[in-house]
Amino acid sequence: MGLSSYLQFLISGVTMGSIYGLTALGFTIIFNTTGIINFAQGEFVMLGGLLSVFFLKWFDAGLPLSIVMAILTTTAIGGAIERFAIRPVRSASVINLIIVTIGVSIFLRGLTVIILGKDTFGLPHFSGSVPLNLAGAAVMPQSIWILVITILLLVLLRLFFTRTIYGKGMLACSYDKKASYLVGIGVNGMILASFFISALVGAIGGAILTPVTMTSYDVGIMLGLKGFSACIIGGLGNPFGAAAGGVILGVLESFGAGFISSAYKDAFAFFILLILLFVKPSGLFGQSKIERV
Amino acid sequence: MKACRYLVLAAVLAVFLSVSSLRAEDVIKIGAILSATGPASPLGEPERNTVQLLQEQINAKGGVIGKKLEIIVYDDESAVDKAVSAADKLLKKDNVVAVVGPTTTPNTLAIEGKFDAAAVPLVSCAAGEKIVVPVKKWVFKTPQSDRLAVARILSHLKAQKISKIAIITVSDAFGQGGREMLKALGPKAGIEIVADEVYSPKDTDTTAQLTKIKSTDAKAIVTWGTPQTGSATVTKNRVQLGITIPLYLSHGVASPKFIELAGSASDGVFLPAGRLIVADEVPAKHPQKALLTKYIKDYETKFKSPVSTFGGHAWDAVMLVVKAIEMGKSDKPADIRANLEKIKGFVGTAGVFNFSAEEHNGLDESAFEMVTINKGDWQIVK
Amino acid sequence: MNGFKKDMLAVLGFTALLFILPGFLSNDYYVNVLTLSLTHAIIAIGLNLLMGYAGQVSLGHAAFYGLGAYTSAILTTTYAFPIPLAMLIGILAAGLVACLIGVPTLKLKGHYLAMATLGFGVIVYIFFNETIGLTGGPSGFTGIPRLHVLGYTFTSDRSYYYLVSLVLAGVVLLSLNIIHSRIGRALRAIHTSETAAQNAGIDVAKYKIFVFVLSALFAGLAGVLYAHNLAFVAPSSFGFNFSVELVTMVVLGGMANVWGAVIGALFLTILPEYLRIFENIEIILYGGILIVFIIFLPEGIAGGLVKLFSMLKPKRDDGAGGK
Repeated sequence: MGLSSYLQFLISGVTMGSIYGLTALGFTIIFNTTGIINFAQGEFVMLGGLLSVFFLKWFDAGLPLSIVMAILTTTAIGGAIERFAIRPVRSASVINLIIVTIGVSIFLRGLTVIILGKDTFGLPHFSGSVPLNLAGAAVMPQSIWILVITILLLVLLRLFFTRTIYGKGMLACSYDKKASYLVGIGVNGMILASFFISALVGAIGGAILTPVTMTSYDVGIMLGLKGFSACIIGGLGNPFGAAAGGVILGVLESFGAGFISSAYKDAFAFFILLILLFVKPSGLFGQSKIERV
Repeated sequence: MKACRYLVLAAVLAVFLSVSSLRAEDVIKIGAILSATGPASPLGEPERNTVQLLQEQINAKGGVIGKKLEIIVYDDESAVDKAVSAADKLLKKDNVVAVVGPTTTPNTLAIEGKFDAAAVPLVSCAAGEKIVVPVKKWVFKTPQSDRLAVARILSHLKAQKISKIAIITVSDAFGQGGREMLKALGPKAGIEIVADEVYSPKDTDTTAQLTKIKSTDAKAIVTWGTPQTGSATVTKNRVQLGITIPLYLSHGVASPKFIELAGSASDGVFLPAGRLIVADEVPAKHPQKALLTKYIKDYETKFKSPVSTFGGHAWDAVMLVVKAIEMGKSDKPADIRANLEKIKGFVGTAGVFNFSAEEHNGLDESAFEMVTINKGDWQIVK
Repeated sequence: MNGFKKDMLAVLGFTALLFILPGFLSNDYYVNVLTLSLTHAIIAIGLNLLMGYAGQVSLGHAAFYGLGAYTSAILTTTYAFPIPLAMLIGILAAGLVACLIGVPTLKLKGHYLAMATLGFGVIVYIFFNETIGLTGGPSGFTGIPRLHVLGYTFTSDRSYYYLVSLVLAGVVLLSLNIIHSRIGRALRAIHTSETAAQNAGIDVAKYKIFVFVLSALFAGLAGVLYAHNLAFVAPSSFGFNFSVELVTMVVLGGMANVWGAVIGALFLTILPEYLRIFENIEIILYGGILIVFIIFLPEGIAGGLVKLFSMLKPKRDDGAGGK
């Protein structure tokens, strides 16, 4: 296999990896602020894509407007989840929280089936689907969109967390909720905001990915699981690690399918997850502050 | 008093149970196990719709041998355990005389044994060859077998003088069946398989597999799946990667959904298809023409959505059972089974069926047309 | 041992009830539905111990169920092993794998086991699907012999039902015994506070691993029973969806309550058979159950019943209470 094949694997890997990274970022934001792993994160990605399809169909609103509406709707759903399903049990044990978020993810899927149906749908590419040639490998314009938007989001989020007072407040919550509360940070508001932002990030990921991969009510499961693996790869709690973990995962998957076995492609993400959990649970970029029993 | 409450409850239950067993004897009960929900629902839903449509139509015309036809439909949710429960329910509680379905191969294989034990015929809508090979006395199936589809593709490839192909199949029962058949029949037809790639049903991207294929010396790609399980993805990815060698697909993509999802990438691909999907192009004198036209019209009027090949499989299954009942003028399971084996020249949606004691699928290569897509429309390849 | 006597009586009563039940059922369809729910109950009890006492979630328990089922199926069908031996190996295989996963992850605090079992479950499912030569792949594995032991073959549906009832009774008894033993006390201490238990000298990791392996053994046991009953297994029965169903059974029935696990399993296996309208709303219903129960009734149905009865009992002066 020549250079163009390697390059092709790399490009596919980075494209999917960006979305894993965005999903992982969503996990990280909520985890940082609340300590909860939100299993419904994958559904935010699914909704971003699927709702875009429906707004486009039902309201004939044109692609950009449909996507914006879809993202806003999903963001609102994220907030609703926090308010109605998470807040009542926030002080419960870890396992109860895990179960609630699993329940939410299933509920969202079920709601989607009833309202939007079980079918598979696509979105038009943002700027045409004629591939560009890069040293023999084909690059879809949509891949470039995905990469650019992902980097943009990362930069914006970094600025948000380090420069704005709201962002710094959320970081404070992740270090110590009680102390933050004592210095006057509205912890409830921060947590709600973290769900809004995670849903927003997830939905954007879904909307920009759908032209490439199509979407249906159950794409959230695998995307969520792989996004979570990316989180662990990068180190749970580290936003930069999450994004990097996503890209690393996407590339490893792509090369794995290319060189080892395409049948086990989906398993790679979880092999890596298991190995890391056994060997270095704090991930590639995380601090080793995992508590041992 | 608590005792009083329990007595009332028991009485209500007793009435309920006895009433439900007071049914008219002038009814023929057939069962149907279909995957109306779950991953196989794109196949099962049209099947269920078709079964309902047929029940209405048949009863409107006076039923079967003068008796009303009742088709009891259970959704197995694409799950093995639910298919098993449904089979139990139909055989032991509802006491049906024949069963149509299930939609998928694993579900069919899981319940086959029960029909032998209960001596009730099963006419499956699933594609797997294992269902009827080796032949089982009480089990039949209506979809064209993968063997025929693959044979059709291979003969087209040979006609194009192509001797090296790459295959990429989905890792579910349908894809698995196609893959096994390709690997078995390819060499015999003198065609070498230089790449054997697999992808999972929910895979959103097959560029890795296709990149591998691109680097081989394959002169054509054969892919086995359905529109919802990656065939559209493979089709699109092929165009995106700039691959120009011809693409052949399975009969599983013979539905409008494929063109919808694959868009312009679907132009120029080849597939073997039952005539249902190209009914407009079927010549007026062809035995299937009238039937296909009528089924399409009835289905699309009632359900406001286009027909699918899979709904056709259910049509064939139900009508075959009805035919067997009419032939023997008997609704006893053993007679239905015996008469199914005697059916010859039955015009169905998938083709013309000819059954026998050794042949429980009843179709041959003439059931398929080689079809291509031209600017979003199906076209028979001459 | 008053507790032990009470448990014995309860289990005997339960078994007797199960044995006379078929007499009231008009046909074997109902019996088969029950057999399946009792099989699920066996898994649910193990998972219940894990979730309720060790405070850990397994999101991949269907994989252990599948490991038991496939191992026994393949050994008996392809390699002609005697059935009881194959079943034993199947059960132990599940336990062994649980050991391999549990030992590294249960040393960590928090939800790492949940993640590991999630990944593990997916890998096992893909393995069942792809190793076609061994497992038959997506179309499934046929031809598994019906259980026969000591010369008796369990061909009829009813005989299998009685067998599974007995096994379930045994599992219930074993679990109740564990809970009331020293192990159970240690587990309850861990459940209340891991740090406190650790400081009291309890090797928390060891107990968590014990419960995890035990729950996998139960799942493997259910798996071998399932395989030799159905005579067929397919990967689709052992995926993430079923793992979530199992968790829902435990939550619904009540964590940290063996009878709760049985109730949850019976409920979620039998109810869909009656509510055939379930179809499209089934997904949303499972999600709804999980959310609502965790928020409003985290002790599940069993816990709720226990609370109800204790409220109805006349108050005692000595302030007796507790489990």
